[in-house]
Amino acid sequence: MSGIPHDHYEPKTNAEKYMHRRLPVIGLLYDTIMIPTPKNLNWMWIWGVVLVFCLVLQIVTGIVLAMHYTPHVDMAFASVEHIMRNVNGGHMMRYLHQNGAMLFFLAVYLHMFRGMYYGSYKAPREVTWILGMLIYLLMMATAFMGYVLPWGQMSFWGATVITGLFGAVPGIGEMLQTWLLGGPAVDNAALNRFFSLHYLLPFVILGLVLVHIWAFHTTGNNNPTGVEVRRGSKEEAAKDTLPFWPYFVIKDLFALAVILALFWALVGFMPNFLGHTDNYIEANPLVTPPEIVPEWYFLPFYAILRAFTSDVWIVIAVNWLSFGIIDATFFGVLAMFGAIFVWALLPWLDTSSVRSGRYRPMFKMFFWVFIVNFWVLTWAGAMPAEGVYTNIALIGTAYWFAYFLVILPLLGVLEKPLPAPATIEEDFKASLKSKAGNDPKGPSAEPIPAE
Amino acid sequence: MKLKNLAVAALSAVVLALPATMAEASKVKGEVTNFDFSFQGLTGTYDRNQLQRGLQVYHEVCASCHGLQYVAFRTLSDRNGPELPEDQMRAFADMYEVWDDELRDWRPATGPDHFPDPGFEGAPDLSLMTKARAGFSGPYGLGINQLMKGIGGPEYIASFLLGYTGEEDFQAGSMFYENKAYGGWVSMAPVLFDDMVFYEDGTPATEEQMALDVAAFLTWTAEPKMVERKRAGFVGVIFLSVLAVLLYLTNKQLWAPIKKAAKKD
Repeated sequence: MSGIPHDHYEPKTNAEKYMHRRLPVIGLLYDTIMIPTPKNLNWMWIWGVVLVFCLVLQIVTGIVLAMHYTPHVDMAFASVEHIMRNVNGGHMMRYLHQNGAMLFFLAVYLHMFRGMYYGSYKAPREVTWILGMLIYLLMMATAFMGYVLPWGQMSFWGATVITGLFGAVPGIGEMLQTWLLGGPAVDNAALNRFFSLHYLLPFVILGLVLVHIWAFHTTGNNNPTGVEVRRGSKEEAAKDTLPFWPYFVIKDLFALAVILALFWALVGFMPNFLGHTDNYIEANPLVTPPEIVPEWYFLPFYAILRAFTSDVWIVIAVNWLSFGIIDATFFGVLAMFGAIFVWALLPWLDTSSVRSGRYRPMFKMFFWVFIVNFWVLTWAGAMPAEGVYTNIALIGTAYWFAYFLVILPLLGVLEKPLPAPATIEEDFKASLKSKAGNDPKGPSAEPIPAE
Repeated sequence: MKLKNLAVAALSAVVLALPATMAEASKVKGEVTNFDFSFQGLTGTYDRNQLQRGLQVYHEVCASCHGLQYVAFRTLSDRNGPELPEDQMRAFADMYEVWDDELRDWRPATGPDHFPDPGFEGAPDLSLMTKARAGFSGPYGLGINQLMKGIGGPEYIASFLLGYTGEEDFQAGSMFYENKAYGGWVSMAPVLFDDMVFYEDGTPATEEQMALDVAAFLTWTAEPKMVERKRAGFVGVIFLSVLAVLLYLTNKQLWAPIKKAAKKD
């Protein structure tokens, strides 16, 4: 499977040989789990396993919840309360599912930031990145529809606002929105199809996750240096790598246990910490809540969406150039989807020949500004869309697009990268030594990759 | 160091930015007093006597306008709740009338029935009210004190009941009353006055006592499984912490020969 030379599965017993001739499934599992993995992976490489865990957690708790949930506008809210009160362990299932979605998004953002910093999206791993972005898009769709199901006030009004975005498309908008909702407004038809799709999409995600894993098992993992594993011979490769089992399985499981202990504390002691109180009020189409705020993981894009009001000069210009077809709302919608689209194009927008941000002094600064900007946008998205907040959101949005469309393409030309180590083995040794204090002038002061 | 930066920056941003935004979004506007309740904190549980007193206040005062449509009478006997004895619970249910679709008539409620909605226009159902209001979001709007104090729902209910300033205003044919906790004018009149109920356990029925008791009762109606949840939280956190320690030691031992070999040459 992997291009890195290593020992493949050899059936030994007669039963294994019998099976291997007919269906080499043991070989597939063996080669997957024994994949040579760069020795120097650091703690940011644990999020993949956390994400797989989250997906399984959401599917398992979700299937149980679906057994007790009723997707009907008159009964949905009450059926969730039924789960919270009468179903054995139902309150834990529901809180695990609700907070599990948040852990899922936290992990996916950290996973993506890690990929951005260490250049994991660069050739030959572009397909892995694109698959990841598709998974992320499906996650957002799934989470959005899942949030509608409890049929609280924020469910209903969130659904109304977000599906209203499709209504902003010039000409066909209203038709499109009606088609999506199965009616002129968010009602029973919408709730039913959201439930159906919320059940379906996780399995599509599961399929894409397998392909995502297949893709990076084909190219091999990236690592903090961005230097490729030596592939000349099995011995050479073995100096740079260790098999995934047991070295990285145990390391990842340790990290997962720590994260789950924190997650469990959140679920057990403050399960509504990141939720919105208005969602404990049943949906009422006649009463609009004072403010409509999506779940935190959508806030950066919500900020971008709302940043473009009709008095921003670029909106005025585009409106004039398009003969009034693109108004402020539609411009916001385009900006929001555009923000995700340029993120997906990252492999082709970054022109630097050096993969890891560790050896790119200028990139590093801009990267950290990007991270700070991401959380600033998150914050701005939760604030009312008025006054100074839209200005902050506008600046944040400008930086978002500038980062992908101007800064990254230019940095490849302007930046003078630092020398990267020749091999992964060298980096692994240097990091151990600098940690031990033997070599204070070591090339980097990274913590030990796995402890 | 960059790695540590990455982790620290991202995590601290999450810890600081998100709760701040969420708390900001759902805070109520008025002044909420930070009362102490027995169910606060990691180990806090409901006070059975207080829940029974709160039930009494609900029954004698609130129930004439507000329903509890998600609460079944039988749950009044549940552990970690008001824990009414079975016969008392049935006698209590018998005092309410519910509509029976099969009989096409009203009949006295029994254990499996839910508290009926008195159908008073504009009076919301109270089952989930303490989870639908966030009284406070500190410190500095971060909402982290939720861990010890909760989101302030019961505090808001109690503050609301005690928050009438006495100012009244007659507008468009209805009376409005100024309320500090709400931070404005509300259509609900003040309902609590000293000694308007008689507590059998001898607790003096002051205005504040009744407000606290009914707020505690409504916290139970909103989150009847809170005690079980916190217990599951403790078991899970302890179990996972032990597992994490074992995995840490396993991992250290597993990597030791690899690191030793790498350091040698």
